[in-house]
Parts: sequence; C-alpha cells; structure tokens
Amino acid sequence: MTAAGSDIVGLSGVEKQFGAVRALDGVDLAVGHGERVGLVGHNGAGKSTLMQVLAGAVAADAGRITVMGEVLSGYSPARARQHGIRCVFQELSVCPKLTVAENVRSFHPALRGFGGEKKAARLIGEMLDRVFPGHGISPGDPLRDLAIGQRQMVEVARAFTTVGEPLHLVILDEPTSSLDAQASAQLLAHMSRAAGEGIGIILISHVLAEVLGHVDRIVVMRDGRIATAGPAGEFDRQKLVRAMGSEEMPQSRSSAARARGGEVCVRARPRRDAKELVAHQGEVIGLAGLAGHGQTQLLRQVLQASSRGGETFRARPAAFVAGDRQNDGVFPRWSILENMTIRSLQNLKQGALVSPAREKAMADSWKERMGIRTPDMEHNILSLSGGNQQKVLFARALASEAPIILMDDPMRGVDIGTRQDVYSLIRSEAQAGRCFLWYTTETDELLHCDHVYVFHAGAIVAELPGADVSEEKIIQLSFQEPA
Amino acid sequence: MIEALRARPWTWSFVGAAGAFAATVAVLHGHGAAGIATAALALAVFMILAGVGQMFVITLGPGNIDLSLAANIGLAGAVSMTVMNGNDAGIGPGLAAAVGCGIVIGAANYLLIWLLRIPPIIATLSSSFIIQSVDIAYGRGLQIKPPTAFADFTSLQMAGVPLLAILTVLFTAGAAILLRRTIYGRSVLATGQNARAARFAGVAVGRIRAITYMVCGALGGLDGAFLAGYFRGANVDIGNEYLLASIAVVVVGGTSVAGGEANLPGIWGASLFMVLLLTMLNTFGAGAGMRLLLTGLIIVAVIALAGGRKPAR
Amino acid sequence: MTVSARHLRGFLPALSLALVLAAIAWLNPRAISYFGFNLMLSLALPIALATVAQMFVIAGGELDLSIGSFISFCGCVVATWLDQAPLTGVAILLAGILVYAGVGALIHLRNLPSIVVTLGMSFVWQGLAILVLPQPGGTAPDWLQSLMSLKPPFVPLPVVGAVLLALVCHLLLMRTGYGAVLRGSGGNATAVARAGWSLLKVKMTLFALAGLFGVLSSLALIGITTSADPNIGSNYSLLSIAGVILGGGEFVGGIVSPAGAVIGALTLTLAASPLLTFMHIPPDWQIGANGALLILVLAARARFSRPEAA
Repeated sequence: MTAAGSDIVGLSGVEKQFGAVRALDGVDLAVGHGERVGLVGHNGAGKSTLMQVLAGAVAADAGRITVMGEVLSGYSPARARQHGIRCVFQELSVCPKLTVAENVRSFHPALRGFGGEKKAARLIGEMLDRVFPGHGISPGDPLRDLAIGQRQMVEVARAFTTVGEPLHLVILDEPTSSLDAQASAQLLAHMSRAAGEGIGIILISHVLAEVLGHVDRIVVMRDGRIATAGPAGEFDRQKLVRAMGSEEMPQSRSSAARARGGEVCVRARPRRDAKELVAHQGEVIGLAGLAGHGQTQLLRQVLQASSRGGETFRARPAAFVAGDRQNDGVFPRWSILENMTIRSLQNLKQGALVSPAREKAMADSWKERMGIRTPDMEHNILSLSGGNQQKVLFARALASEAPIILMDDPMRGVDIGTRQDVYSLIRSEAQAGRCFLWYTTETDELLHCDHVYVFHAGAIVAELPGADVSEEKIIQLSFQEPA
Repeated sequence: MIEALRARPWTWSFVGAAGAFAATVAVLHGHGAAGIATAALALAVFMILAGVGQMFVITLGPGNIDLSLAANIGLAGAVSMTVMNGNDAGIGPGLAAAVGCGIVIGAANYLLIWLLRIPPIIATLSSSFIIQSVDIAYGRGLQIKPPTAFADFTSLQMAGVPLLAILTVLFTAGAAILLRRTIYGRSVLATGQNARAARFAGVAVGRIRAITYMVCGALGGLDGAFLAGYFRGANVDIGNEYLLASIAVVVVGGTSVAGGEANLPGIWGASLFMVLLLTMLNTFGAGAGMRLLLTGLIIVAVIALAGGRKPAR
Repeated sequence: MTVSARHLRGFLPALSLALVLAAIAWLNPRAISYFGFNLMLSLALPIALATVAQMFVIAGGELDLSIGSFISFCGCVVATWLDQAPLTGVAILLAGILVYAGVGALIHLRNLPSIVVTLGMSFVWQGLAILVLPQPGGTAPDWLQSLMSLKPPFVPLPVVGAVLLALVCHLLLMRTGYGAVLRGSGGNATAVARAGWSLLKVKMTLFALAGLFGVLSSLALIGITTSADPNIGSNYSLLSIAGVILGGGEFVGGIVSPAGAVIGALTLTLAASPLLTFMHIPPDWQIGANGALLILVLAARARFSRPEAA
C-alpha cells in the first residue's frame, strides 16, 4: 500500500469542476518529508482549489488522495488535521472577537479542559517568538485589536503549533501578502528550519523572488493542470513567467528625472509637522515604506477631503481602487456590470433614471480595455477570478472620470498577466492627464512611478524621483525616523 | 416548472396564496369567492405599504430594521383623523400631517442610530415606546371619524378590485424602478451589500441611511392614515399586527435579511399569502391558538423550504 | 484601542446599574433596604434568565425573537401540567428545549435568517400557549412557590440568584475551551469549522442552552406570580435583547458578556417600573419613559464606546 515511501501526501488524477468551470483537470502532486514545494500560476490556474482538496475542504470529483501511504476515501478537514496536514489560507481563519490565546485554544481540541487557556497562551507565545522574533503580540490581545499583518502572523504561527498530535505538512497560501518585508523574511527563514525538522511545506506565492529563493521544488500550474515542475535551481524568473503563460514585459522605467510640473491636483500632509505630499496632473505617485505606516490613511484622507473639498487641497473628485477587495471593494450580490458602474451612475442617466443601454455600453467598452475574461457582464461578480475582479475595481475607478485615482495596494495576490495589463493602462491614463496615488508593498511596482514618497510611522520621511528608485534605497528609507 | 420555482423561492408565496384561496373557496362551496378575493386584496394593501417601507430599511444592511412601525402607524392614524376632523377639505392636510409625522419619526430613529450609535433594533424599539406614549396621551378617547370622501376612497372598488390595491400595484412597480434605476436605489443596494466598499465607491452612506429611515417612516404614516380611513376610525393598537407582518412579508417575499438584495413582487405574494391564510383559518373555524400555531408553522416551513442565502464563498 | 478604554467599556454595564441605583436612592431612600430590593427586583430573576438565554443566541451571531412567547408557553405548562402531572410536565419542557435545539439546527442547515425563523416560532409558541391555557389561571407547584419566596439572610433572593447565574454562565462561556468555540462561532464561523469543530453542534448547543434558560426563566416567573397566562412573557423577547445590549453585548460578531447580561437585566428591571414610579411618571407615559431611559443609558455608553467600523 505504501507508494512512494517517504511521501507525506500524494494526489493523482485529481479533477474538480465547479459548475461550468473546470478548476482541476487531472493533477498529480506529491510532497515528501522535509520538502519545500513552491506552487505558482495565474489566478484561476487552480492552485487554491488544489490546496483545498489537499486539506480536505473540498471533495475532488475524481482522482486519488494518498496520505502517509494510506489511500483515503471520505476525506475531510478533520481527517486532514488528524493526519498532520495544516493550512493557512488567504482569507484569515481566525476569530476576531476572541483573543490570540483563545484562537489557539479552539484550534486544539486537546486544550479543552481547565488550564487550557494558559497552555495555549504559552504555546502561541513560544511559536511567535520562534517564527517572528520581535513580533510585539501578546496572547491576551483580542484579535480585532491587531493590525492585519499581525493577525496573519498569529495565524501562521498557530499552524505550526502542536499539542502532541503529528504535524507533517503545512500549506501556506499567499502567507506574505499582508506581511511587511521583515516578517516575510522571517517566515521564509522559518520555512527552511521547519523543513529541516522533517515538516513538508507547500508555498503558494505570486512573489516570484520568494519562490525562487526559498523552495526545493517548483510546480507551475496553468488552466487546472500542471504545466511544468522541477527542482528550483532549474528555474529563473523569466522561465517561470513563461511557464505560467504570459510574457513579462521588460520593466520600462518612467522617463528619467522628469521635471515636475503641471497643475497641482493633490496636496496632503499626513502629519502636521512632517513633509507634505504634492501631486501634479498626469503624475504617477508612489507611496512606499513598511506596510501599515500611514499610506492607507493618507489615501483615505485624500478621498474624504475630495468629497468635502477641504483646504488641504483644491476640491477635485477622487476615485478609489481597493486592495482588500472582499472588504473594501466588491459588492458580492451584484453583477460585474453593476459593480463597475456604481461610481459613474450620474453620467449614465437619461432623464431621471439610469439608462440600461448606456450602462451596457460602458461595461462593454471597459471589458475590452481591461481585458476582463467573462462570457457575460451580467454574471455575478464572484464568478470572476480574483485578478479579474480586481480589474473590475480598476474599471470602476477609471470609468468614473475622476481626475485623481487612489490605489490601496491593489495588486496584492494578483497574477502577472493582470498586472501587466493594468500597468500599461495606468501609464496611458497618466499620459492623458490623470493623477495616480499608488500605495504598493512591492518595490518593483515603484519603478513605474514618477515620484515616490516613503512613509514611516505615519509621516513622510523621504521622497525621491522614480528613476532613482532601488530596492535597497527604499528599504533603507523605510526605516528612517521622521524628523 | 419546479426548477423555475426553486430558482425564485418567493414565487412559492404566490402558490401558497392561491392554495389558501382555493381551500377557503372549497370549504364555502364557492359562495362568496369574489368577496373573499376583494377583501384579501384590500387588507393586503396595508401589509404591503408597511412591508415596502420595512424592506427598504432591511435592505440597508445587517442589523437594520424598524421596530417602530407599529407605533408609527397607530400615531399616524390618530394624527390624520384629528387633522382631517371629519372634513373633506381636511383630507390633504391630514394625509400630509400623517406622512410628515412619519418622516419625523424616521429622522428621529436615524439620529438615535447615528449620533448615539445605538443598534437599529434598540433605537427603533426605544422610539416605539416613546411614540406609543405620545399616541396614548394624545389619542386617548379619540372618536373622530374620517371624512366621508376619504373613507369612501379607501373602500372604493372597480370591478371588484379595490382602488387602493390598484394604486398599490403601481406604487410597488414604482418602488422597484426606484430601487433598480435610480442613484438612490443603487446606493441603498450597495450600502446593504458592503457599506465600506460603498463609501470607497463614493456613496454617501450616512445620507442614504437617513433618507431610507425617513421613507419607511413616511410609508408608515401613509399606512396609518389609510387604515384609519378603512376601519372608520383610529385606535392605538391598530398597528400592532403590522409590525411582525411587515417583517414576515419582506423576508418570506425573498428579500435578504442581510441586506443588499430586495424583492418587490415577493412582498405582494407574501402579503396575499398571509391574508388568505388567516381567512382560510378563520373559515375553518380555527381558534386563536390554532391560528397562531399554524401561521407560525407555515412561515417557518416556507422559509425552510426556500432556504437561505448561500455564503459568499 | 488602548487598554484603559477597553476596560472602561467593560465597566459600563455596572456603571449604568450604579446610576439607576443612585437615582432610586436619591428619589426614595427607603427603597434601599432588604425589603425594598426584594420588592423592586422581584421580577429580576426571570428577566435575567431570559436575558442569559438571549445572550447564548446572540453569541452565535443570531437573534431570538421567540424567547418571550416560549416563556409564556413554558409558564402555562408549569402552571398546569407541572403542577398536576409533574412527569408529563417535565417531559413537555424537555421537549421544548429539544425543539429549540432543532430550530438551531434548521437555521444552520438551511442557512436561514434567525430573525424570521424565530419570528415564525414566536407565533408557534404563542399559539401553543393559548391552546394549553386559554384563560389566565393555573397554579404554580408548591415546591416552586416556596423556592421563589425564600428569604436568605442579608441579601435578597433575586440578588443571590443573579450572582449565581452570572457566575455559572461566566465559568461556562468564558473559561472553558468549548465556551470559546461557542463564542467564536459568532465572529468567524468558517474559522471554527476549519479548526474541525462541528458548526451544527455549536448552533444546536447555543439554542438548546437558550431553551434551557428560557424554561428556567418561566419556572422562576411562575414561582413568583403563582399563576400563568398565555401573554405573561410577551415583553421578554425585546426585554432580553435590551438586557444583552445594556450588558455590553453586540450583534455583529457575537460579543457577549454573561456578567454584563445579568447586570443589564437588573438595570432594566429597576428602570422599567420602580424608578419610574418613584419619579412620579403618570402611567400613560411610563412606556415612553422606558424608551427614553434605554436611550439615555445607550447614549452614555456611546461616550465610552469605540466607534465601530462603517
């Protein structure tokens, strides 16, 4: 019965269909003890679905699952847990109303009795110290008081905790998406430590640098199948991107050291005593720095002021593109079309009512411009893959004719193909005179900006022209204290 | 056809209404079927007016509900009768006063929710207590009859169909258009689905909520005036049955309690169903206890059959 | 949110209670006595038990609009069957709890909105109450009457009962592992399911607990009033919700506090009638004054409360 003796888990011929969508089209995958596997691919390639099958959350339509040599039927999350398989998904699985320790306690049935609270607190405290030294989280903190990055840290650390039961495989689905550079590096380092202890790791990430540098084997998925796989050393960035199915365009830096001119359209000062942000018409302004250091607050400040017309700057309409699309962007009951037009209804009126014809025209034209993949714009928005949903949010903002576009780290977890499409769109819109304020946690994207402001502790600590941007410099400036 | 029905669960309520009607007519051996239909339509109107108001509030998002509707309706009845004062000339001002009173109640409800950050259930509950007291003190012993023209208007029929019912059909059609094709309507739906996203998308969420509570209040006021006209006089308790009914017809009719999704035809179906159900039970000679028991069981059964909203993921 | 603000918020229910007590003491100093408290708080125990029942449901992120009529129904059963045919009476009450658990299961399995399901159930319980006891009447069993007229030394029975209740529920809900799971289900059900717990069992447990405390509330109520009527519990649905809210509970995401709920119930009991009578509010306006008081207390809470998102 034991197939590949040292494999923790093996999937063979796994298929899964959701309605008309073929999410998995015959996938074989095996992970051995102490092996780190990187799983990459477009949004919609099937990565998350594959992991959900692995973790027992979704039942495959066909195919065989073997765990620790045992062919399983009737798999479930509970059985996966029993076999030592843990999962950290993109949407957090922690209860915000409970404390950190309580979340750990409810995760381990063995801690149910009295005294379990203290054990849970100690357990998570130790693991947090191991994985994320210097984390600053107390086990008694209610989760809703923690920033999203800290919640992610708790969830990741929790996955590695054990109370006697076996831990063989940990699946991490975009674990660094809410973490800043420091925490991400700590997590990647812990991954190799864990692998050294015999724990298998599956890492799904869109940050190719993470995958290339920190796994033993890479598996590339495309359209529900494995496109290619092999030892990590055999791959480089370009090869990965090509295998995923899109051509990565060479990063074109914006024209070197362009003199900043034109009409000022945004002036904002995040903290009274610190530097001011100035944005001109037609500029793409980048907001950089460690995650959660005031960038999103500034965007919100500008958004609020623009609808009120404060003295901070001249009143001009601004449109917002959310990064956390579930909470800040998507209207889940509505169609793609309705999601797109909500910001522009004033312009779509004919008389007193919104004109369905004009709505459809707008939707069709933006569907083409953004390359949104869907057979029908009247379908529910959740029928789209994550990347396409993000495109709709962009279209919503861009279609609104607002001269200022605010972007709150909107490329998080979005595939390369979508990104390239959006980058070129931003460039052309900027050339047409629109102003972009772009908060991003990936230094690569800052290369597309004309001017970059670096944030630290809620204030702007530095600014530099886009042409001067480099990873080192940004990281250096990110740790600079405000004057 | 079963598939088509399943796809639109609220259509069950029309089926149920038809079933209850058929059962009643069968027991009576066909006598008075037309009269029953007319009476059902007339009574359904009052439930629908309250239901539409409640629907708009519920669509604003989870937790939004107006528990002050009953007290509102009661007070509006007293106010409208007092202002009309039995005079045909007073009909206009009377209606305006009732609607105005309702708008004030709606605004007060929203102020409690927004300024004092009280959850809508408690805010509207508290205000309902206050409104009730005002009604009792103000309307104590009120014996004013409605002006003849007004009372006649509320009972007017055209070929057996009450005029009010026809007007209400037009009204609900208008409300549906308001919801789907105006900026206000879209804003309500957006706010109900995801208030944060709505703000980011430029919707004035606070203003939309305020307007909606006032709309609900206004509809309650209108309903109270019509009820007083139909039943030839105001009384404090007249609104009581309409509170629970307004919530029931909204949800049985297919509007989501979590907000963001509204169903107007469903309110008609559910109201007709509830009215005909009660008529049927009355005809069968069921006592108060049996009536309540069966009504409750059927509401639960209908909802359980239809099933709820599947989680977003 | 700073630690001190969080703690202040936790003290608010106690503060509200203290304010109401202070007002009563100022208006009618003689009420602050063993006899006075026993009288003013006579209905406190049934209200507190009903509030705790509601609290369990709210902890799971749901709402129970039927607890009042359930208490009416159980009350009618207590005053008839429990007195005359105790075994049948007990069986019926237990069946009631099972039905409550069944409602929880139904809500979970069919993904139904609890407001509407419990609305429908309130009709059911009300109808059953009328069928059991069409006219006010019946007699409470002797043992129940004696229990509820106990006069413990120094501290009135309602206060003893309330403290006991708060303690038991606090231990159950806040100190056990499963209690945390129950509370977590209101905030993030997916997380609880992913951790391997059965959401179905969680829901059924919460509703069964609500049913149990509803039964206890009806026992306490009939023990005090010694007879029943089918409308006896009609205010309790909304009263219990108000009590949980006053006690610091929140609808969105199942934050509850057992101690807070009990304190909230006590505050309500005092504010609902004794305080108003001492303030010489005419009966016509007493209902309105209740509403105004509720608003005042919540306004005070808003001062200290952290603004919730959106």
